[in-house]
Amino acid sequence: MKDGWETIIGLEIHAQLSTESKIFCGCSTRFGDEPNANTCPVCLGLPGSLPVLNRRVVELGARAALALGLQINERSIFARKNYFYPDLPKGYQISQYDQPFSERGELEIMTAERDEGGHPKEWRPFRIRITRLHLEEDAGKNVHEGLPDVDRYSYIDLNRAGTPLAEIVTEPDFRSSWEAYDYVNYVRRALQWVGASEADMEKGNLRCEANVSVRRIGDEKFGTKVELKNLNSVRFMQRAIEYEIERQINLIESGGRVVQETRLWDERAQETRPMRSKEEAHDYRYFPEPDLPPLVVTGEFIETVRATMPELPGARLRRFVDEYKLSHSDASLLTSERALADYYERAVKASPNARAAANWVRSELLRELEAANLSAEASPVSPEELGRLLHTVEEGKINAKQAKDVLVEMFKTGKSADAVIQERGLVQMSDEGEIDRIVDEVITANPKQLEQYRAGKEALFGFFVGQVMKASKGKANPKIVNERLKAKLSQ
Amino acid sequence: MPLSEYNVESIRSRIASGEESLRDTVNRSLDAAERLNEKLNAFLEIDRKGALARAEELSANQQAGESGLPLAGVPLAVKDNICVRGLQASCGSRILGPYHPPYSATVVERLQAAGAVVVGKTNLDEFAMGSSNENSAFGVVRNPWDTERVPGGSSGGSAAAVAAGIVPVALGSETGGSVRQPAALCGIVGLKPTYGRLSRYGLVAFASSLDHISIFGRNVRDVAEVLQVAAGRDPLDATSADVDVPDYKAALTTDIKGVRIGVPRALLSEGLDADVSERIEAAIEAYRELGAEVIDIELPHAKYCIAVYYVIATAEASSNLARFDGVRYGFRAEEAKNLREMYRRTRDEGFGAEVKRRIMLGTFVLSSGYYDAYYRKAQQVRTLLKIDFEHAFGVCDAILTPTTPTPAFLIGEKVDDPLSMYLNDIYTCTANLVGVPGISVPCGLSKDGLPVGLQLMSRHWDEAGLLNLAHAYESKHPLLERPRVSALSDSTS
Ligand SMILES: [Zn+2]
Repeated sequence: MKDGWETIIGLEIHAQLSTESKIFCGCSTRFGDEPNANTCPVCLGLPGSLPVLNRRVVELGARAALALGLQINERSIFARKNYFYPDLPKGYQISQYDQPFSERGELEIMTAERDEGGHPKEWRPFRIRITRLHLEEDAGKNVHEGLPDVDRYSYIDLNRAGTPLAEIVTEPDFRSSWEAYDYVNYVRRALQWVGASEADMEKGNLRCEANVSVRRIGDEKFGTKVELKNLNSVRFMQRAIEYEIERQINLIESGGRVVQETRLWDERAQETRPMRSKEEAHDYRYFPEPDLPPLVVTGEFIETVRATMPELPGARLRRFVDEYKLSHSDASLLTSERALADYYERAVKASPNARAAANWVRSELLRELEAANLSAEASPVSPEELGRLLHTVEEGKINAKQAKDVLVEMFKTGKSADAVIQERGLVQMSDEGEIDRIVDEVITANPKQLEQYRAGKEALFGFFVGQVMKASKGKANPKIVNERLKAKLSQ
Repeated sequence: MPLSEYNVESIRSRIASGEESLRDTVNRSLDAAERLNEKLNAFLEIDRKGALARAEELSANQQAGESGLPLAGVPLAVKDNICVRGLQASCGSRILGPYHPPYSATVVERLQAAGAVVVGKTNLDEFAMGSSNENSAFGVVRNPWDTERVPGGSSGGSAAAVAAGIVPVALGSETGGSVRQPAALCGIVGLKPTYGRLSRYGLVAFASSLDHISIFGRNVRDVAEVLQVAAGRDPLDATSADVDVPDYKAALTTDIKGVRIGVPRALLSEGLDADVSERIEAAIEAYRELGAEVIDIELPHAKYCIAVYYVIATAEASSNLARFDGVRYGFRAEEAKNLREMYRRTRDEGFGAEVKRRIMLGTFVLSSGYYDAYYRKAQQVRTLLKIDFEHAFGVCDAILTPTTPTPAFLIGEKVDDPLSMYLNDIYTCTANLVGVPGISVPCGLSKDGLPVGLQLMSRHWDEAGLLNLAHAYESKHPLLERPRVSALSDSTS
């Protein structure tokens, strides 16, 4: 960014909570069913129907709030947000307004600016204040493609109407696009981690909006903020913010003025554009939802939820660094998903040492998992078996290179480490008598080389090692072969 | 059967004794509904086919020796803003077009399961907004006592149907007095239970925090029987309460000795019709004679109730009626050029004048910049009103007022004066704001021969005490006169 300027960014995330059924009725939240298959009088907004809160939403909302360090309010109120749109069956969205589910969160994450190639420069801790996390229902969607007479008709699919969302709003605490990037990634991971949301931006179950403004360093007043939408991945969001910062600074420096508006990110053109629709400023006329009593969450309930919460990613990362002496980047990678972190910790228990386990999980195992497009939970090689394999290396039974091949085979076939080693006859020959016998044979069979070696051509030592290994079909323990050859050749 | 004997208990005993078959009972009600509709316009839909099929089914069950359902064969009329699967739900509005809900209200389901047979859907003020039934898109309902006069509203169709003896009991809905007021004007009993006592699931919302399904009957006992079956928590309505449902019939002892009745004297002076005043004073005297203690009480904030009511009710209505947008069901204006125009024209052509007036009022009071001055302020006064009632019920067991300031007025008399129309609810709408149960019982006729209603209100959940108090009066002072239009003659038929 240009010198002398400061950027102010606030973020709003909408995360779909992973419940089986919708927030105010019993309909399924399944994705990809026939349009309007998962609907009922309540989520269709039929006259006379009433909402009833799904308790599971409260539980997942509590998990999300605790994962992000928010205070859960003992009493919160649902409110109606009134506006007309065809995908909004009741003409209002049931959301929360001045008494939200949870407030006043504070989160410490690691962040780093990136170089030209996108590589992190220097990781540093960064604190964000989260204003609120509240519960609300999603709208349906208008469908304009792939249906008859789309030039004359709009179609509406209300399968998504009533899907539970957590809206997570931050204070304007971000000063760079990468801080925003690291925050959203952290939130995604944390929500997945505690099982509150799948938080998959591609699937649309995590959506993000950014409020961006710039000001000259030293100015007290915030600049005019612009709302960015259509940010369909974390990377898109980062690029959109970056573009927007530059656009606003250039605009002001050339004597222009930023207007308060909503702009959409166009990934193909790599730019933000003002939203075309001439939407008037909305007055949503929020008021307390009279169909739902206040949501009361007891301290006891919160404690029950807290007791079933896994260790959070930030804490676990720090523990991996302290306890297993991992580098920050290894620990960060291993805590990128809860399943992977769980896998790693089980592997540590079964392995001779934690750092070796980290290396193997991070490089060899992850490569196989990624190639097979599997999560750590679904790995055909259990962490215990991986540990067993590492023990055979540690004990010198097989070498590291062999072990890598063994792991590939284990991954492919699901067989145990021992079985693969046995089948391939990979068990090292460490019997000194046996090795002596082969060494003797090799020396006897190569009198010319022996003579040259003894005459001082020591480079021939490698030749003898190779011959012994060949005669043993690669099984001889190279360490013992070295020792015995040295002894015999110098006799 | 004489009109005075047309009630749930006599229907049950006649069917049981074989004096009249279940089918004939239902059939007679259907005949009456059809025959009198030209005069009264009480029904918007009469379900002859469905009702008779249900009667056959119930008869077959009875013959198979199934234990008697409490309301087996009792004809029931349902206000047309309460969903009954298979029947229309017009809400008295053009905007719903030919809408047929795919489900039934919980209360309807419970009554049907108890053997009640829905004979039809009754006329009402559009979306229950009105006190005279003149706001129905399908024409005014006429009062069986004098067809030049209104039956009251908004549940005028149900009230007229019960008053004329077409059905013994009917469902209505209340937001500010829409059952008690027409009950008073039609000379029958109307009960609005405690908020949360009856599920609202399937009642098309007008103002959710004030809406109640309510009950009409020809006597207190019938109302108690219907309440018994319909009451209780419904998992489909988050505002329905998990409170014990006592035996209401058993509570009707007529013993009211020592019961304290409070009369808010300050409310009984201004604007009160002389005949009504006279009847009420007589009723107060009657209660003294029955052994009750009558004391004066004060409800200092009750004078604000109409103002508070019209802010809260319209605010909620403006949001509740947003779903009628022409997108998914009901009426849609033709040939709109774009979405905005489709919305505007659909709602302009689909809603009547009073509904539009209230949507605009409600939209205004919720608007940014006005919310605090109107909606929030109204909620604060509502809280004060609740405190008034708490104080009052600290010194008395029930509150007595007239149900309405005047008897039934002439059709057209108040249509151009919404404010005077709104004053019809002055005695009733406090119970909706506070949530306490209220009942209207006939207490004689005016000099012009029009029924006058006596209102009683009690503590939250004390319908049992309230019903007994009404029953005690009714037993001693039954309304023996009959309306001019009625399905039944007084000579045995
Ligand atoms: Zn549904």
